[in-house]
Amino acid sequence: MSETAQTGGSSRGPVDPKAEAAFKAELVALIPHLRAFARTLAGDAASADDLAQEAMMKAWIARGSYQMGTNMKAWTFMILRNQFYSEKRRSWRQTQLDQESAERTLVAVDDPESPVVLDELRLGLKMLPPEQREALILVGAGGFAYEEAAAICGCAVGTVKSRVSRARRALQVILDTGDYDRDGRSAGDAMSSIMNDAERLSLAP
Amino acid sequence: MEQRDAKGMIQQTPTPTQSRTPNPSVDEARLRQQAIGVKLRQMFDEVVNEPVPDEFLEILRGHEKPTTDAQG
Repeated sequence: MSETAQTGGSSRGPVDPKAEAAFKAELVALIPHLRAFARTLAGDAASADDLAQEAMMKAWIARGSYQMGTNMKAWTFMILRNQFYSEKRRSWRQTQLDQESAERTLVAVDDPESPVVLDELRLGLKMLPPEQREALILVGAGGFAYEEAAAICGCAVGTVKSRVSRARRALQVILDTGDYDRDGRSAGDAMSSIMNDAERLSLAP
Repeated sequence: MEQRDAKGMIQQTPTPTQSRTPNPSVDEARLRQQAIGVKLRQMFDEVVNEPVPDEFLEILRGHEKPTTDAQG
């Protein structure tokens, strides 16, 4: 893991109000993304929001160590991730609930209109090793470059690349074979409905 | 639907209704990966598009005055 995201440092020196306002505006704009990332890590929507709030607070406190113009999204994601893993280390309970949590998390979107295929995808993601899932989410959904994802995870770029590609392959196999923990539903359907749905979406402007 | 051919050229499939290309397995695999990518982003964006709960903004409001956050 790289430097612990300067979470302890308070703002140093005189704070330029303009810079602070700019920082705040950028941080506010990132809140939805922090929530989404937290949702992929934490146990349920509520604890994901707790996590995202803590990360936001830490980012705010550490604002003095952030250089405007650098990648604030990656910086805040790193803070959030470090927060998540340090809390996890601290709490034995969390560790024990981990399995159960993972299960709830990826099914945590209580949207009745959420398409079934998303459930399949969530269940498939759940089966990936955490580091692969994380890499795939950062690159595949969060829109980060491999280099940025590597900085966030504190690992080498090549490691991220191989995690992402392994995750992609594994996910496809899982979706193809229906090898996820779900009773009843036919697996071939999952992949083909993902295909259909994705085509429909990618046709949209 | 946008798709790259072997030379890396982008091909536009003209008819939206018939976008599944009846091509060999390489293309099929690529399409599948694309599809998974689209769904991944959709899953993530679902949360991104949720309204932000007030508590988030209240945290920053509590820190409105830069002189008060001397807790270190």
